[in-house]
Amino acid sequence: MIEGSALWLFIAALGAGTFGLRFVFLGLVGNRPLPAWLLRHLRYTAVAVLPGLVAPLVVWPAATGGALDAPRMAAALVTLTLGYAFRNVILAIAAGAATLFAGLAFFG
Amino acid sequence: MPRQSINSPYWQGVRDGAPFVLVIVPFSLLFGVVGTEAGLSIAETMGFSVLVIAGAAQFTALQLLTDNAPTLIALVSALAVNLRMAMYSASLTPYLGAAPLWQRAIAAYFTVDQSYACAVIKFEQEPRWSVPERLAYFFGVVTPICPLWYVFTLVGALVGTAVPPGLPLDFALPITFLAMIGPMLRTPAHVVAALVSVTLALVFAWLPYNLGLLVAGIAGMMAGAQAEMTFERRKEARLP
Repeated sequence: MIEGSALWLFIAALGAGTFGLRFVFLGLVGNRPLPAWLLRHLRYTAVAVLPGLVAPLVVWPAATGGALDAPRMAAALVTLTLGYAFRNVILAIAAGAATLFAGLAFFG
Repeated sequence: MPRQSINSPYWQGVRDGAPFVLVIVPFSLLFGVVGTEAGLSIAETMGFSVLVIAGAAQFTALQLLTDNAPTLIALVSALAVNLRMAMYSASLTPYLGAAPLWQRAIAAYFTVDQSYACAVIKFEQEPRWSVPERLAYFFGVVTPICPLWYVFTLVGALVGTAVPPGLPLDFALPITFLAMIGPMLRTPAHVVAALVSVTLALVFAWLPYNLGLLVAGIAGMMAGAQAEMTFERRKEARLP
C-alpha cells in the first residue's frame, strides 16, 4: 500500500475530486437543465460500482487465500438479504458480523 | 419567541438530521478501526474523513489501496462511487443556486446522502422558503451529522490499535458494502445494474490493474439506465 506523501497526495486528490463533483452544478453550471440521459446514468453509479467491488471479495476472500469459505459466504448472504428486506444498514452489518462469528466458531 | 426559534428552519433541519446519528456513529467508527488496521496513521485516517467526507468512497479507496491496486485505478473507482454527488448537486441547484458563491461552496462540501435526502424533500414541501431559510435548514441537517463523522472516525482510529488480533476484520469491509447495497436496490432497474456489475466483475477479475471493476461499473451503469427506459416504456404501453 502507498504511504507517506504519496498517500497524502491520494487523499487530497480524492477530496478535491469529490468536492468537484459536489460543486460542479451548484457552483459552476448554475440553473441550466441537464440532459435526461446523463441524469439517468448518474442515478445508477453507486449501485453499479459497489456490487462489482464486493463480489470478488466474497467469492475469493483474501483471508483464505482465495478459497470459497462457508462462514464468509453465509455472512455475505445474511447481510445482503437483511439489508434488502429491512433497508437498515446497521441491522444488516450486525447480523452479518454475528453470522460470521458463529460460522467461524462452528467451522473453525 | 422560543416557540418560533424552535420551529425555525435551522432547528427543523437539526431534528430531521438527528435520527441519522445512529447510522453515522457506527459507520465512522468502523472506518477509523479499519483504517488503522490497514496501517494508516491517525492523521491519514482523519484526512480521509475530513477531506473526502463520503463513507462509501472512503471504504472503496481503502480496500483498493490495501489490495495494492494502482493509485489511479483506486482514485477513479472511489470517484465513480461518488458520481451520485454530481446528481445531488444538480438537483439542489434550483433551490440554492441564488446564494452567494462562498455559501454554495460550503453547502457543496456538506452535500452528503443524508443532507441531500432531507433537503430535497423539505424544499419541495416549503416552496415559499427564501434561499437563506433553505440554507439554514440544510446546515441544520448537517449539524448533528458531519461533526460526529469526524469525531467517531477519530475514536475508531484511537481504539483501532486496541482491537484484539484474530478478529476477522478482513471481512468488515465486504459486510459493510453488502449492507449498503441492500437498501440501494430500490427499483428493478437498480437490481439489473447490480447484477450486471457482479457478473462482469467476476468474469473480468483476471484483468490487470483492477480494470475489471471499471468495466463492471460502466456496464452496470449503462444497464441500469437502459433497464429504466425499458421498464418505463412497458409501463406506458400498459396504460390505456
